[in-house]
Formats: sequence, C-alpha cells, structure tokens
Amino acid sequence: MEYQAKELFAAHGVPVLPGEVADTPEDARRVAERIGGPVVVKAQVKTGGRGKAGGVKLAGSADEAAEKATAILGLDIKGHVVRRVLVTQASDIEQEFYISYLLDRANRTYLAMASVEGGMDIEQLAVERPEALARIRVDAIAGVDGAKAAEIADAAGFGPDVRDRVVDVLVALWAVFTAEDATLVEVNPLVKTPDGHVVALDGKVSLDENAGFRHPGHAAYEDSSTADPLEARAREKDLNYVKLDGEVGVIGNGAGLVMSTLDVVAYAGEEYDGVKPANFLDIGGGASAEIMANGLEIILSDPAVRSVFVNVFGGITACDEVANGIVQAFALLDSRGDEITHPLVVRLDGNNAELGRRILRDAELPHLEQVDTMDGAARRVAELAAANRGS
Amino acid sequence: MAIFLTESSKVIVQGMTGSEGRRHTQRMLRSGTAVVGGVTPGKGGQSVDFEGATVPVYGSVKEVVDATGADVSVVFVPPRFAKAAVVEAVDAGVPLVVVITEGIPVHDTAEFFQYAQNSGTTRIIGPNCPGLISPGRSNAGIIPADITKPGRIGLVSKSGTLTYQMMYELRDIGFSTAVGIGGDPVIGTTHIDALAAFEADPETDAIVMIGEIGGDAEERAADYVRAEVTKPVVGYVAGFTAPEGKTMGHAGAIVSGSSGTAVAKQEALEAAGVRVGKTPSATAQLTREIMQAR
Repeated sequence: MEYQAKELFAAHGVPVLPGEVADTPEDARRVAERIGGPVVVKAQVKTGGRGKAGGVKLAGSADEAAEKATAILGLDIKGHVVRRVLVTQASDIEQEFYISYLLDRANRTYLAMASVEGGMDIEQLAVERPEALARIRVDAIAGVDGAKAAEIADAAGFGPDVRDRVVDVLVALWAVFTAEDATLVEVNPLVKTPDGHVVALDGKVSLDENAGFRHPGHAAYEDSSTADPLEARAREKDLNYVKLDGEVGVIGNGAGLVMSTLDVVAYAGEEYDGVKPANFLDIGGGASAEIMANGLEIILSDPAVRSVFVNVFGGITACDEVANGIVQAFALLDSRGDEITHPLVVRLDGNNAELGRRILRDAELPHLEQVDTMDGAARRVAELAAANRGS
Repeated sequence: MAIFLTESSKVIVQGMTGSEGRRHTQRMLRSGTAVVGGVTPGKGGQSVDFEGATVPVYGSVKEVVDATGADVSVVFVPPRFAKAAVVEAVDAGVPLVVVITEGIPVHDTAEFFQYAQNSGTTRIIGPNCPGLISPGRSNAGIIPADITKPGRIGLVSKSGTLTYQMMYELRDIGFSTAVGIGGDPVIGTTHIDALAAFEADPETDAIVMIGEIGGDAEERAADYVRAEVTKPVVGYVAGFTAPEGKTMGHAGAIVSGSSGTAVAKQEALEAAGVRVGKTPSATAQLTREIMQAR
C-alpha cells in the first residue's frame, strides 16, 4: 500500500512529504496536529482509483482531518474496505512526472521508465503516447549511478529546473529497487512543488517473495487480511492453493500439470452443465500421505466442491508411492474425523502406473474410482460433479 | 547430436553432497550420464559412493574442470548460495550451467544471467527447472529417464510435470532432447533459444513447445517460428482457466490485465503456423501424426 511504499522510499532517501497512518478519526486528528497546516487524508487500499471513489480528501485543519477520516474509513473501494488512512502534509503541485524501475522479462534485465507527463495511468500513456514515455534498459550488474540516472532523466526530457533533483531521486529509487529486492518500484506522481522541490507524492512497490530470507522485515508487508479463508488455511499448511469458483476440486503434482488439469476439467465441463474447476492445488513432487491428506482436507472443506480430481503423473515419485500416499491419506483423514463425502476420481500415469493402480484397486477406498487417461478422468469427474449438484 | 547435451558431455554437480544433489546424481548416473565430479566448498578430496560408481568431490568448480574437462554443471545449491555457485561456474568457463534450484531471488538470477552473458562462454538453463535430457545419452537434472526413449522429437517446456507427461505420451516415438527451461520470470534459456538449437539439429525432425500463462515468451517464440523455423512445431499452452492477477504455482505464471493470457498465446502460435493442441494428449496426438507422416 501507499504508506508502506513511502516507508521504503524514505528509508533509502527518496523524498516524501511528512505523514503518518491512522486507523481512527482521533488518530488522524493527532497526526494532522503534529504536521500542522492543511493535510490530505488518503484511503490505504491495494487498488487504484481512490480519488474518484472519494478516498482522498483535503483537510484545512486537524478537526477537519478527523471529519474526513470518519468519511473515508469503512468506505468500500472496488471491494476493498478502507481500514486505514494516510495523513500527509498537503502540497501544491506545479508539475507531475512519472518514474519507475521494473523487471524486463523479455530482455531478462531491468527497465527504467520515466515521463514528464505523470499523474495519469501509465499503461494508458504507454499505449496512447508511447513517445512520451522513455524506456531505458538497465544492466543488472552495472545498475544505476549518477551518470545512468542522468541518461534516464534526459531521455524523458526533464527540464533544467528539476533535472538534477530528479537524477538524485532516480539514484535513491534504484537503492529501493535493489536493496529491498523489489520487482517493481514506481513513483506516480513524482511532483514539483511551487518552491522547486521534487517529492514522491504516491508510489507502489512490489517485493520478491523469494528474497524473503534476507528481508525478515518484509513479512509485515504481506497482506493476508483480504485473502480467501481457504487460501489462508492452505498457506498455513504450506500448500500451493488458489481458490476458483467452480465445483470440481483439483489436486495435482507440478504447477504446469495442475494448470493444464484446470483447463481439461473446464473443457469437459462444457458437456456437463458448465461445471468448472474449484481450485488450483499443486502438491509438488513428493506426494506424501500427509501432504495428500492436507490437500484433500482443504478441498473437501470448500462447500462448493461436488467432486474431486486427483491427477498425478509419476515421474521422480513413482505411481506406487503416490498410490500408497493416497491410501494413507484416507486413513489419516479418517483418524482426524474427516469424512470423504464426495466422489474422487484418480488418474495415475507414468512410472509404475500399473502397480499404483493395483494398490488403489486393492485398497477399495470409499467414493474413489480410477480412470487411466487425463482427458477421460476429467470427463468422469465433471459428470460426477454435475450429477452431485443437487446434494 | 541432440542439443546442448550429448553422450560426450562431462557433467559435474554443484551441491552433490546435499540430499537432493545426492539423490539426483544417483538417478543421472543410472541413466548413463558421465558424472565426473561434485563440488562442495570445504569438502574437496572426499568422495561419494553411488550404486555402480564413486564420484570425487572437489572444493571448487575450477579444480574439477581442470582435473576432468567437465563441460556441464548441474546446480542444486540452496537459493541463498545459488548466485555465487553460478558465478563460480561461469568463472571456471563451464559452457552449460543447469540451475535446478527453486526459489532464487529474481535479482540474483538477473545478475548471474547478465554475468554469464558478459562472459560470452556460458549458457544457463533455468533456474527453477527440471534440467534437460537427451534420452539414452545423458541426463542433466531431475527429469525421469525411464519414461521415454531416444527418438527425433525435440521438446521445450516451462513446466516440469508437463514435460514428463509429454515425454511419456510420446514414448513410442521418442526424443532427441527434452529441455525444461523453468517457470521463473527470468530464465537463462528461452523457448526461442531451444527452437533455434532444434532447428539446427540434424537429429530433430519436429519440435513440441509447451508454454503457460504469463509474460509474452510464447508470443515472441511464435514470431521466431514464423521467421526462422522450417521444421514442424506443435504447441501447447496451459492456463486457459487461470483468473487474472493470481499466481498459479510458478512465479512467472500470472495474467496481468489483458497480457499473458493463454488465448493470446494460442492465437499468436496458430498465426505463425504452429498447430496447438487443446489438451496434453491432443498435443501428443498432433505430434504423432506429424512424425508418422514423415
């Protein structure tokens, strides 16, 4: 969120206006008193378009700041309820600019983007007036020093009145990007105030989760409050789960295979009343009994689920091990008092497929049936979900 | 011939003494790979016993390259040490570095990729990938060797299990080389790199390309196919049902706005003359028809 981005900006010397967050109107009043003079009260939500939704208001006094905070707190902006506001010093704006660094996947390096036409939606600018947006490649090893920053600023055409200050901000913003392991740092708008200062008025930072091990402080920025409750439970169990809005629970091994399974289920569902996948769940290579049991538990606690598709390709972990994992998972669920109440279709293929299938056949698990091909299993599980809809 | 990896490849394993490194070194050896050494800093002079072979451990990549002439390194070291390990392999002049490690910070990958580019000597495959296999010849990574056989199809894929699925579906025809390029946002070898190598490989007759949502690598690969590839290419894209803004397992697999969707990728591929299968099995069937018509 904005205030978190600004914390990171300030930590690395990107100029921001004085401000603090407040969770209540009273807090907002205290912050406004401390700052003194007119302030802006801004909703802190992870979405754009706050201004239009009435989430950003100017207040001339501390009392007025409390009033505006009362109006903004609790507001619903595109499905995000405002729980917190940022109270910052109000500033007159003479000019608005844009600067950012991001990962350039296509060129496998970094990209600096800058424009003297800030404040608007940058994707729109890139489409409508691409010539107004400078894009400069940044070498991942060389990085951005004063000279590189000057190259970026000059490419964007910053005037002599602000150029040197923008160069300083570009160097500081690069420090945010690298020192914090960000995949995106964006200042929009960067503004010139009437007294000639250049400040980051709003901004955005996306952090790389893989780099969490060297940034223990980043955990505080994770936003779990709005996550789906099932996704939250899955995360506690270290499961890679994404809730979708269909009726067929899906478990598989490997991100690509699970993504593919969702598609195949959706295609099959076209023949069965438009049945769709209920989730993405990748249990990875191991497929141990415990992971399988945890996965089934999460999926079966989704009230929308009508049938479950376990789609495993036995590669490194052969199918017999996977089959034993499923058998033990049933026992484990049973011992936890969780009942398997929906039909389960299992497709095992790959190494030791025959052996794995025999283990499952011999175990005679309730509600479980096997289909040997992925497409065939998807059709069957969609059929079962459709038939089970009324229950 | 195959691409990138042949029977004469001499393979080392960085992180061989760890549990994953040890387990997969055993599998590589079993599938006929010439594993000539392992590297673990501080453990030089030791050796590890495997079924059928004892492999010496060296303290640095340079030592093992000097001693054995190794030309492929497979990296299993944990994320926080991965960048240093890759840089060491590049400094030792290893021509092919296969990074299996999952969870490497993207800034580290961007740096070691740039470092390898600057060296002009080293190709990187991965990170967060299953590696590559030239069936019957050599296996550098974690791809199961016993699910397919040698043949004349080339395969390039972002996804590990979809690679295995496709290799297995087409086990009656077989593969020259299967390359898992990985699902991270920054990867050392792209679809295009593999397409170029397969196009130039006299032992590859047709190419299967597996992509997934996110980024625009498939679209760029489609442009490349149209301009440069004369061999038949069959495509598959996973993630038609993925909702916008959600990461599906792979860090790179995310649809943002209207970009990165499976539909856009499929359309780009088909416009370039690539036949795209609706499911993995349908894709395998298209490939089979092409191979049988030859």
